[in-house]
Amino acid sequence: MALAIPKETYNGKIYNVQLGTGDKAVTIGGASALPFLGFEGTFPNKPAVAMEVMDIAPDEWPDTVKNAIGGAGASPAQWAKFCQDAGADMVALRLMGTHPDQQDKSPDDAAKIAGEVAAAVDIPLMILGSGHTEKDTQVLQAVATATRGKNCAIGKAVEENYKTIAAAAMANDHKLIAMSQLDVNLAKQLNILLSQMGFDKERIIMDPMSSALGYGLEYTYSVMERIRLAALLQNDPMMQTPIVCDIGVNVWKVKETMAPDADVPEWGGLEDRAKAWEVITASGMLASGADMLIMRHPGAVEKAKELIAELM
Amino acid sequence: MALSGVQIFKYLPKTNCKKCGHPTCLAFAMKLAAKQASLDACPDASAEAKQALGEASAPPVRPVTIGAGDGAVKVGDEICMFRHEKKFFNPSVFAVAIKDTEAGDAAAKKIEAVKASEIDRVGQHLKVDAIAVTEESGDPAKFASVVKQVVDDAPGVPLILVSINPAVIEAGIAHCADKKPLIYAATAENAEAMAKIAKEKKASLAVSAAGLDALIELSEKVKGMGVEDLVLDPGARKAKDMIEQYTIIRRAAIKKNFKPLGYPVISFATRDDAVSETMAASIGVMKYASIIILNNIEKWKMLALLSLRQNIYTDPQVPMQVAQNIYKVGEAKEDSPLLITTNFSLSYFIVRGEVENSKVASWLAVMDNEGLSVLTAWAAGKFTASRIAQFITESGADKSVNHKELIIPGYVAILSGALEEKLPGWKITVGPREANALPSFLKGRA
Ligand code: B12
Ligand code: SF4
Repeated sequence: MALAIPKETYNGKIYNVQLGTGDKAVTIGGASALPFLGFEGTFPNKPAVAMEVMDIAPDEWPDTVKNAIGGAGASPAQWAKFCQDAGADMVALRLMGTHPDQQDKSPDDAAKIAGEVAAAVDIPLMILGSGHTEKDTQVLQAVATATRGKNCAIGKAVEENYKTIAAAAMANDHKLIAMSQLDVNLAKQLNILLSQMGFDKERIIMDPMSSALGYGLEYTYSVMERIRLAALLQNDPMMQTPIVCDIGVNVWKVKETMAPDADVPEWGGLEDRAKAWEVITASGMLASGADMLIMRHPGAVEKAKELIAELM
Repeated sequence: MALSGVQIFKYLPKTNCKKCGHPTCLAFAMKLAAKQASLDACPDASAEAKQALGEASAPPVRPVTIGAGDGAVKVGDEICMFRHEKKFFNPSVFAVAIKDTEAGDAAAKKIEAVKASEIDRVGQHLKVDAIAVTEESGDPAKFASVVKQVVDDAPGVPLILVSINPAVIEAGIAHCADKKPLIYAATAENAEAMAKIAKEKKASLAVSAAGLDALIELSEKVKGMGVEDLVLDPGARKAKDMIEQYTIIRRAAIKKNFKPLGYPVISFATRDDAVSETMAASIGVMKYASIIILNNIEKWKMLALLSLRQNIYTDPQVPMQVAQNIYKVGEAKEDSPLLITTNFSLSYFIVRGEVENSKVASWLAVMDNEGLSVLTAWAAGKFTASRIAQFITESGADKSVNHKELIIPGYVAILSGALEEKLPGWKITVGPREANALPSFLKGRA
């Protein structure tokens, strides 16, 4: 019996979104089929891996990942350089120090650090607030201005604060990361709201909210699959933005990446276990449609990039 | 492809005799199409109808069981492409490869590793399911000795016999014929001999070919020889090829009811580099591989892979949950601390595990929040002060303890004021945010 390969007819396509400038610029998106199905679509861009840098020392990160970064964590610019040398496609600067419960750094401080980081590397930059909805509006406004012309990804804009953050990104020609809470309709709704205020949907990167392996990964996985199906099969223009998955922050807070060998002998050695946790979380996100990952461990990044190469 | 009601109707006697319990043959045909009735209910159905409808109603991916007894594993029998459509039913089976050149100590170590592979995660017992004895030596006697070693040392563990040499398989299967092993593999060259062994020993048989066209031809040929329980290997080894080929196979089976590909898939994720092997296996878990062969089963690797498998194969419609109850952790007494959490399995087992780690015997009140985590339940208005108060009062928690202090999760500290109002006389203590801080918190109080 001969098989006519059962192909899907995709009507839609993911937008291409370029970040950064010059020859180190990165373009993500562009897929015209479900992840890596080369027999029925094209994938002009490989998923990008951004490595996370903070404006404060990574004191709260588990030892395994802290040691892997070494002394670089002492200064954001040096840390960013370290990531570039480690093979990151992008640097994701998270301004955790601006959070009122952390160091409550001022928007001006944040802008200064963002400028230093931008000057230290030539790969594209993503700049994330601390997740404090009110403070992020001021902080991201300041950093958007300070990095004008660098074509960064700024975020995360959420339902409560998207207007100000989108306006800052728009005024300074940046791209925008829009995060919703693990729900297909909420993801679409936020893109619609952004479009309604005049933000070009082709400049949005959607963050469906990530989770770590073993801690809700399946929710993110299925939400992403459903977003991709809506984008490609139903040709929904509000779902065709590329997807970013912020995984390091979720992975490096779970027990599997922290518990010493002696406490959990049945889990195997901490070094391998912790790294594998980030790698397999990355694998899950790639398989379900991620166009960009934010990761922490240089060893895990290297392996994720190996997998990406194998998938293209 | 599944038949429509009208297509099925054509095969029925069309007498409207009502013996099936339906007013007309057409009504019955509609029920059959909707899979709400079985053809057995019509006593007058012809043999031809039974055959045609039987084929059409067979599951799109044939269920195959490997092994016998308690350890046997079932694969296949899947009905959807995406887990959100319904769910994935039969979790990928992990098998470690033991080469016949590893006979003796090396093999013994791997067998031990399989036996010690069980971990508890969110209330489920997860483990490496099977062993694949792999011929490298070319020597049937050597292969057979390793099969025997496995059967002797790990009698319940399902076996996969890997060789393309029928004489090798014959020698190996002599030690495990009653254990319903999976034979890997029939190829274009050895198909007759392999099919003969599989039929005689009632074993399942993998067919292996490079590419889908060759695979289809081979699977039809082997089926024609009378072997029903097949498993497919299209030869994909690179992650991209795995995703593409396994997707085509699953789609052909489910969407086109294309019988030659309507079988479970076996995937060789084996790599020299342990992390690369883990990555390849993870792709298999997510993308339709029913059996995944690994070179090694380091504990950290299996923790990641078994957790991924558990995530992908949970029911997306119903979160894993535990029963609402006041659980006793350790030798809790009347004066032991009382803590509260939700009935989401993940929350319960994490918290319970940490309370156990603390060695402080405690009571854990688990409230039914439809399986939502603490913060999700709170955000959804299901873990509120009044509901918690009602639960504490009605559940009899106050009878388990002789004190009136309730420890609540740190993330819902905001509830403490309202709770003290709703539970007059109670002291509400805010615990740590993350459960892993519970041991020091509980010890610090003791
Ligand atoms: C997966 C998930 C979902 C899943 C549900 C999964 C489930 N079964 O619960 C889905 C997609 C359905 C969902 C839906 C929603 N979610 Co949700 N979800 C998550 C996510 C990603 C993970 C939750 C999880 O599984 N955590 C793991 C479990 C184990 O955590 P836990 O129960 O809290 O337990 C920990 C601690 O609390 C502590 N602990 C637990 N019990 C106890 C007891 C004591 C005594 C102590 C001391 C400690 C302790 O130990 C555990 C480990 O440390 C989180 C974000 C995140 N990364 O945490 C958001 C999150 C919980 N969701 C959120 C929201 C807002 C929602 C929605 C309201 C979104 C919406 N607008 O629709 C809906 C509500 C659901 C509804 N209407 O039915 C918010 C809550 C915000 C807030 N602070 O209130 C979060 C935090 C995301 C965010 N940052 O905004 N969600
Ligand atoms: S029992 Fe058979 S013949 Fe009689 S009505 Fe039902 S389908 Fe028709």
